[in-house]
Amino acid sequence: MSSLSTPSAVPESPAGAYTLRRRPMSEKLLDGGFRNLTMGLAALVATVLLAILITVFSGAREAIAEFGTSFLTSSAWDPVNEKYGAFTAIYGTLVSSFLALLLAVPLGIGTAIFITEDIIPSSLREAIGLMVELLAAIPSVVLGLWAIFVMEPAIRPLLNLSHKLLGWTPLFNTVPQGPGMAPAILILVVMVLPIITAIARDALNQVPIELRQGAYGIGTTRWGAIFNIILPAAISAIVGGVMLALGRAMGETMAVTMIIGNALNFNVSLLAPGNTIASMLANQFGEADGIQVSALMYAGLILMFLTFVVNVAAQWIVRKLSLRY
Amino acid sequence: MTPFPQAHSAPSLFDRGTLFFKPSLGRNLFNYICTSIAGLFATIAVLPLVLVLLYVLYQGGRLITPSLFTQLPPAPGMSGGGIGNAIIGTVVVTLIASLLAIPIGVGGGIYLSEYNRSGWFAQVVRFCNDVLAGVPSIISGVFVYGLIVATRIFFGQSYSAMAGGIALSVLMLPTVIKTTDEGLKLVPQELRWGAFGVGASQVVTILKVVLPAAFTPIATGVVLAIARAAGETAPLIFTALFSPFWPEGIFNPIASMSVLIYNFAIMPYAPQNQLAWAASFVLVAMILAANLLARWISRVNRA
Repeated sequence: MSSLSTPSAVPESPAGAYTLRRRPMSEKLLDGGFRNLTMGLAALVATVLLAILITVFSGAREAIAEFGTSFLTSSAWDPVNEKYGAFTAIYGTLVSSFLALLLAVPLGIGTAIFITEDIIPSSLREAIGLMVELLAAIPSVVLGLWAIFVMEPAIRPLLNLSHKLLGWTPLFNTVPQGPGMAPAILILVVMVLPIITAIARDALNQVPIELRQGAYGIGTTRWGAIFNIILPAAISAIVGGVMLALGRAMGETMAVTMIIGNALNFNVSLLAPGNTIASMLANQFGEADGIQVSALMYAGLILMFLTFVVNVAAQWIVRKLSLRY
Repeated sequence: MTPFPQAHSAPSLFDRGTLFFKPSLGRNLFNYICTSIAGLFATIAVLPLVLVLLYVLYQGGRLITPSLFTQLPPAPGMSGGGIGNAIIGTVVVTLIASLLAIPIGVGGGIYLSEYNRSGWFAQVVRFCNDVLAGVPSIISGVFVYGLIVATRIFFGQSYSAMAGGIALSVLMLPTVIKTTDEGLKLVPQELRWGAFGVGASQVVTILKVVLPAAFTPIATGVVLAIARAAGETAPLIFTALFSPFWPEGIFNPIASMSVLIYNFAIMPYAPQNQLAWAASFVLVAMILAANLLARWISRVNRA
């Protein structure tokens, strides 16, 4: 850097008016070196991703060779006889995340509308927005603790009621006994709600003011404008956000592990204990050995694949379907 | 229903009734119902935060004593003790993760924004970064387990604070790169031209002009990433593991608050559950403080 302040004299310059400085070799080397350094650091991201894929895949190879595609459809998880199938966990991952989204999407978008439209004073809107953002900051393990000791006992009467009323359907045909799929779904709702709300809020805020003015100008009501003009204009970003939330819900581990019951047997009832790929990994990976580790890695590979597809689809939707103004 | 004023009437050309707001109209009722539903949804969305915070405050706050910060956790079933080792452990592991992820992330972000905004390589890196951001946190634990813990590459040690820190840094990296990239892009091009114009080299321009100009968004993103990493559990349970003792260097298993909460929450002993609430209180307080700090950084510097 000292080279900057010592300009070398160039003879043909008019006396004292200005000086020309040649870039010294060291400066060029430094420039090139820094460029290559940052390029290497950027390349490291791709390397890490590749390394994750290779590590998990090579760990899973033994199980892939042993169980093949029957791993996806078999619900056996039997460490004694070394028979493994991840159907229970895959089913649990998909059902818990889809049902959680089914509840969280209307809640999140409704909240986003409530805090972007001019319904309540802006200070109140900002307070609600801040609280939803802080909810996203609460660690998943703390939500899990809360779910075990506060939420699950609180909703137990409700679950009992649903069993009594709807017990004839397979989805509710077991007596709720604490941990289970239903409380796990509810805690997932709490976890993905901030994501959906934040993204929907940004999307709604970016809808040009002219669209609203036009809608109100021809005499529509607030909700006429929201349903016919504002939501359609923001829909691509909202759908992208919902997909991101889906990816997050599939991979969410701690809170779900603590409240889902980690059942090894398949049960279609939402009131029975269940399992997801992530919770199975969290619960068993530490104590597993032999082919069980490989089977868990195989399940992890499936989870990575699921979240990869969902996330890429989310990016694609946002990029391709967004309306440009 | 308000009666329509029928007084001083010039003969009207149209039905003036349509000019007045009639609450009983279908569209107005619909409006009213929708607003109420949105308000209800917003209330429901805020409720979990309030309930969680209240419970953590109530259950954890009453256990805050000096010994909580200075003592080791008791044996299972015993009462008393503290979470001193877990607090130190969380700080150590998060520090390792930050020391790895921040330089790499800021460097990578500089490359994407300053050297290669739209080349194919930058596109690949951005795509990989977005994919990495979506990788579930537990997978990062599995990755580090397979790469470091199972292979014992650190002095023959299996579980270690170092492994935990690396697993957390994998989670932090995408956020840091993304915020650096986006933050640097917001710096006006004129600043770079100005710096080049007075004869600065590209390194000097980036490090002394562009990077400081983007300090606010980068610092905000980094603080949020650190707060997020401090609360992560899944990548730590089989990399850093847990330890009931004081930390013994970064190549040994180490306790952390998040893993302590997980372990103690699922134990059938009341004193352990209590400690889990106390640790939650400390952890949530730290993370919320970091979040408020990030907001403060972005607000103070914008004004």
